[in-house]
Amino acid sequence: MRGATHAKWAALATAVALAATACGGGDDGGGGGGGGADGIVSSSWTDPQNPLEPANTNEVQGGKVLDMIFRGLKRYNAKTGAAEDMLAEKIVTTDSINFTVTVKTGWTFSNGEKVTAKSFVDAWNYGANLKNNQKNAPFFGYIEGYDQVHPESGQPKAQTMSGLKVVDDQNFTVKLTQKFSTWPDTLGYSAFSPLPQSFFDDHAGWLAKPVGNGPYTIQSYAKGSQMELTRWNDYPGTDKAQNGGITLKVYTDNNTAYTDLTAGNLDLVDDVPASQLKNVSADVGDRYINEPAGIIQTLSFPFYDPAWNKPGQEKLRQGLSMAIDRQQITETIFQKTRTPAVDWTSPVLGEDGGFKDICGEFCKYDAAEAKKLVAEGGGIPGGTMKISYNADTGSHKEWVDAVCNSINKALGNTKACVGNPIGTFADFRNQITESKMPGPFRAGWQMDYPLIQNFLQPLYYTGASSNDGKYSDPDFDKLVNQANAETDTAKAVELFQQAEGVLRDDMGAIPLWYQNGSAAYSDRVENVALNPFSVPVYNEIKVK
Amino acid sequence: MGRYVIRRLLQMIPVFFGATLLIFLMVNVMGDPIAGLCGDRACDPATAAQLRKEFGLDKPVWQQYLTYMGNVFTGDFGTAFNGQPVTELMGQAFPVTIRLTIVAIFFEIVIGITLGVVTGLRRGRPVDTGVLLMTLVVLSVPTFVTGLIVQLLLGVKWGWISPAVSSDAPIDELIVPGLVLASVSLAYVTRLTRTSIAENKRADYVRTATAKGLPRRRVITRHLLRNSLIPVVTFIGADIGALMGGAIVTERIFNIHGVGYQLYQGIVRQSTQTVVGFVTVLVLVFLLANLIVDLLYAVLDPRIRYA
Repeated sequence: MRGATHAKWAALATAVALAATACGGGDDGGGGGGGGADGIVSSSWTDPQNPLEPANTNEVQGGKVLDMIFRGLKRYNAKTGAAEDMLAEKIVTTDSINFTVTVKTGWTFSNGEKVTAKSFVDAWNYGANLKNNQKNAPFFGYIEGYDQVHPESGQPKAQTMSGLKVVDDQNFTVKLTQKFSTWPDTLGYSAFSPLPQSFFDDHAGWLAKPVGNGPYTIQSYAKGSQMELTRWNDYPGTDKAQNGGITLKVYTDNNTAYTDLTAGNLDLVDDVPASQLKNVSADVGDRYINEPAGIIQTLSFPFYDPAWNKPGQEKLRQGLSMAIDRQQITETIFQKTRTPAVDWTSPVLGEDGGFKDICGEFCKYDAAEAKKLVAEGGGIPGGTMKISYNADTGSHKEWVDAVCNSINKALGNTKACVGNPIGTFADFRNQITESKMPGPFRAGWQMDYPLIQNFLQPLYYTGASSNDGKYSDPDFDKLVNQANAETDTAKAVELFQQAEGVLRDDMGAIPLWYQNGSAAYSDRVENVALNPFSVPVYNEIKVK
Repeated sequence: MGRYVIRRLLQMIPVFFGATLLIFLMVNVMGDPIAGLCGDRACDPATAAQLRKEFGLDKPVWQQYLTYMGNVFTGDFGTAFNGQPVTELMGQAFPVTIRLTIVAIFFEIVIGITLGVVTGLRRGRPVDTGVLLMTLVVLSVPTFVTGLIVQLLLGVKWGWISPAVSSDAPIDELIVPGLVLASVSLAYVTRLTRTSIAENKRADYVRTATAKGLPRRRVITRHLLRNSLIPVVTFIGADIGALMGGAIVTERIFNIHGVGYQLYQGIVRQSTQTVVGFVTVLVLVFLLANLIVDLLYAVLDPRIRYA
């Protein structure tokens, strides 16, 4: 027994020393790969929340990968956001209900399989079917027969949607349940990607290493740590990758990713942490991108609460909107990574797409007018309003407190507004879906496709899927319906803008600011840009 | 001794069930996890219901707990929301954290005990005051501050280490994070050893050993240190569990994909299966470490005997 303890410690020490020498030299830092056209770009990543399937990916991290390995019927221009034909030869309709889609020839998946009309129809039927638990299933909701494969309760009554029919290898027809003239423009969303037969034959194998038809193929995928994508040399499209490949590295914290970038171990960070915004110019100089993305943040109201749904209260809501000093908050709290909002859409739509200063004076800070309007609107229900937000992610506390300060200052009442933190995002969402919000709450909307329709209909149409405040106005609904039926795009946009006018007069939600995409990159790479979804345009990055 | 071990192992059973039940309840009061899965939009109700059914979230909590525990005994820890089995996540995370913990414990033992012995034998001298002051500084600075400063200086400014540990997390990359993780405990170990040594220095058996004419080295290592180590071993034993669970901060700063990171992800995404699974294993580690500590007492001090 005497020497036992010593032996133990000695053994432990030796084990550590041995392990240390054995594992030494395993340095895979640095960008890796050579330079020039075959250079590999390393980029920060976070583990996708859901399994990586086109119709099941609804967040940016998984979306990044899909954007590299898939090409759909349409693709959104990285600069303008306009929907342009990709695999679609043409999409024709005469009545905005029946569409005939022609798929281009010569496209294959990276495993050699041809991309045909069936690849799309099968993928969409899979995505819509309730038994596959696809979180993007509602995107197929306009197609006839969706309610059969995805009933609100119970089991699916059909396996495929009756509105989808394969005509031949290159053609298929789609029948919608309502007029939707801009429906083809929604097809650039990754949920509408085609799927190869291997997806259905060996689902688990496909999930471990997804196969698509985009400019990159997945070389290796170590869940939770790293994904290596390499350029697919036989890619038939015109937007071939300008680099040898992309390595996505999972970081535990975006601060660490940023530190790694400044130390020269990483090429691209597409989410500069808020705490580093002050240093970013000094650290990377002009290799910092900060431009508006298709994301808007608003304050929603609980219209289901009788206290917040009385006639005349639109003046109260308008007054509150005028009591928020957007300019100051975006400059001091957000370091100009937000742009004060002037409507309910986003600048990425451009003027032709429907972006226009519709909010006008109601989105400008005016303390005196704000106080007057709030009083005319009957004052704040209960004397104090609570702005709810989730406290776990996104540093919402800072800006909610700032908004409340601004409101309190404008109204000359220190008790007018307080923040109401909710522990987790899940609980926050839970209280929203159960209509239990005690007052206004933070809301954010990241567009699915750059269409004015996507900023208005899902959020403010009566009974719409993401109408969390249960806003409802017959005039608004009517204008949206008219706009969807209008085949002339310019006229449709104008109708949507009129609907936005209704929203303004009611102040159905207070627009706060547009969120910018922010990215920083190393001097090893060039030609880095963010698309309107604030995702880097990976295939155009060049390695020096 | 055998009977003592069996009694201790039996005592672990209620502790194990109690701890896992508490975690289960705590995660459940955080609300419906499915609601957070669809981002800033409402989940489609039919899909949400389907998912709830698949993860067993539509049943009452007690039933979920029973099913869960039943599965755990067959080695099935369930599936995380991203479709990965929790056992797979554990297989990735635990080896990394165990390596990190070994590095940290190694520093605690080697540096902590050495400094403790040196200062304990030289109480009041400049060395003692100096080390005491240093440990005070280490104790008063939070780990995340130490971590970030070390990362900035060694990783970015001087370029000695890579600021982020690679996904394989080999031991040599874990030395600096391990030192940061160990820092606070290391200071405690130093102070504990110092006090204990200083106290026992005047004990009868030390005087006897010295009077017998034993060499100073032997007196210190065999007689003085051995008896002084009991509180230190208790502390280090309890620290194993604390280090594994408490590595969240260090792992986040240095990009280590270990237990702390998985737990953090599990909590943020409210993945009950991940959180409960990892905590269950941590509870086991904690209980076993405590048992080993208790058994080590007998080795260190033969007067302590277990019936």
